[in-house]
Amino acid sequence: MKYETVIGLEVHTELKTESKIFCGCSTRFGAEQNTNVCPVCLGLPGVLPVLNEKVVEFAIRTGLALNCTIAPFSKFDRKNYYYPDLPKNFQTSQYDLPIAINGYLDIAVNGETKRIGITRVHMEEDAGKLVHAGTIAKSDYALVDYNRTGVPLLEIVSEPDIRSPEEAKAYLEKLKTILQYIDVSDCKMEEGSLRCDANISLRPAGSTKLGTKTEIKNLNSFRSVQRGLEYEVLRQTEVLEEGGRIIQETRSWDENRGITVSLRSKEHAHDYRYFPEPDLIPIVTDEKRIQAIRESLPELPDARKARLMRDYGLSGYDAEVITASRAMADFFDAAVSLGSDPKATANWLMGDMSRMLNAAGLSVEEAPVTPAKLAGLLALISKGTISGKIAKTVFEQMWETGKDAETIVTEQGMVQISDEGAIIAVIDAVIAANPQSVADYRAGKEQALGFLVGQVMKQTKGRANPQLANKLLKERI
Amino acid sequence: MKITRKDVEHVALLSRLEMGEAESEKFTGQLNAILDYVEVLNKVDTTGIEPTAHVLPLKNIMRPDETRPSLPRDLALANAPEQEDGYFKVPKIMEG
Ligand SMILES: [Zn+2]
Repeated sequence: MKYETVIGLEVHTELKTESKIFCGCSTRFGAEQNTNVCPVCLGLPGVLPVLNEKVVEFAIRTGLALNCTIAPFSKFDRKNYYYPDLPKNFQTSQYDLPIAINGYLDIAVNGETKRIGITRVHMEEDAGKLVHAGTIAKSDYALVDYNRTGVPLLEIVSEPDIRSPEEAKAYLEKLKTILQYIDVSDCKMEEGSLRCDANISLRPAGSTKLGTKTEIKNLNSFRSVQRGLEYEVLRQTEVLEEGGRIIQETRSWDENRGITVSLRSKEHAHDYRYFPEPDLIPIVTDEKRIQAIRESLPELPDARKARLMRDYGLSGYDAEVITASRAMADFFDAAVSLGSDPKATANWLMGDMSRMLNAAGLSVEEAPVTPAKLAGLLALISKGTISGKIAKTVFEQMWETGKDAETIVTEQGMVQISDEGAIIAVIDAVIAANPQSVADYRAGKEQALGFLVGQVMKQTKGRANPQLANKLLKERI
Repeated sequence: MKITRKDVEHVALLSRLEMGEAESEKFTGQLNAILDYVEVLNKVDTTGIEPTAHVLPLKNIMRPDETRPSLPRDLALANAPEQEDGYFKVPKIMEG
């Protein structure tokens, strides 16, 4: 039988606030254990949480960027469960009145746009971190660090509109891009500031009834989201093909073994007994405030991509790559506003720039070559001062020394030779030294010309204007 | 709605409370008495009335996003039954 895959994602993202959601403790990642804690986030008796206004602003920004309706009235609830990473024995979260509902985002799959519904966006607090002494199996105790407890989180829940592991990855990448554009989260999966759980089920193709789902946890990278789901599709298909039935359960992705494993489930696992949080006051948001936040949103990735295609004639692919990161798109716009040719700028960013960034493990903001410096380099190329080939060397030196292109070119005498007389002198010497190639070319072997041009470039250390050298060589043979 | 001893044992398990048979019997009776009382409230006609989210007539009480000093670590750990290396030390966690 042919099956259709149905996936919904639950994404948790840590918000970039200075302080925690309900207390003034710092949210800084990597602090010494249990140094960013206070009576409120430790859940000591008699304390009163007070909501961080920035969390609400970020949540509304996110809701709007995801095309959601912002709730005029929203409140917090207690989600009750016992686990040592939760000092209060409940997580302050939102249940029936989340801050934002009914949105969507668009992803590109196989060149087509597909819309994925967003069910809800809600605010909640993060839990602490368990450290196991030795291996989990062997240690008879665990250690707890509560620094992360109370760090603000948004939970973003998609509709079950995703139809393949590939779409799931595209959705997650798009969501990350949007969250970074609106500057609410760092979205570092490796630091846990973006986390993803997936609900996945299969159903006979053509059926509209949902099959029994499993929940996959521990998907800690974009790659593992795709791999974990691909594995689960195979596993569920196999179970169904053999006439078995899927058990509704939580499974954990094991990156090393490349499989999902069942986390022993009990029926009461999801009995959270939510009730309204009496210590927090409801959030009322009027149209005026929503409008003000809407107006503060930057140009979002889809709009920016469309603008780059429309105004600069970039291809859909190039515009997609450039706008996938806000920093890269900002770099592009800055260089172009300094007079750089848009297509050349895109090529440099996607080529040499990306290569150097990857090799050095740097982000765009950290690049030693700034938009102004790249614009300077591109100006030298378009004026004909240096060739495109020399420009690559200049770019690498700009990267290493931090100097601008003009300085490097002047210091090292890299200026392109466009003086016909000077080039002809070299050409004549090359012709004299390579009679066989000259004869070959005259006999109709086109590639012999390439060799001779190469010799001219070599003699001039790459500085001869290549088009000119080509033209003059043909004339002189 | 009647609360059974099974319900009481279920909730006790969720709350990690250990209780003997006599106790669960006693709590079953007490909880039923409470629910019987709430049953009186259920008779009130609440058509068209919004559920109360909070008893105080307040909204949007928030604080600016500013950090304040946290507790010194020894103070934070002072009431921990056990600690090790700056961490709270807890019994082994069983999954599920
Ligand atoms: Zn705190």
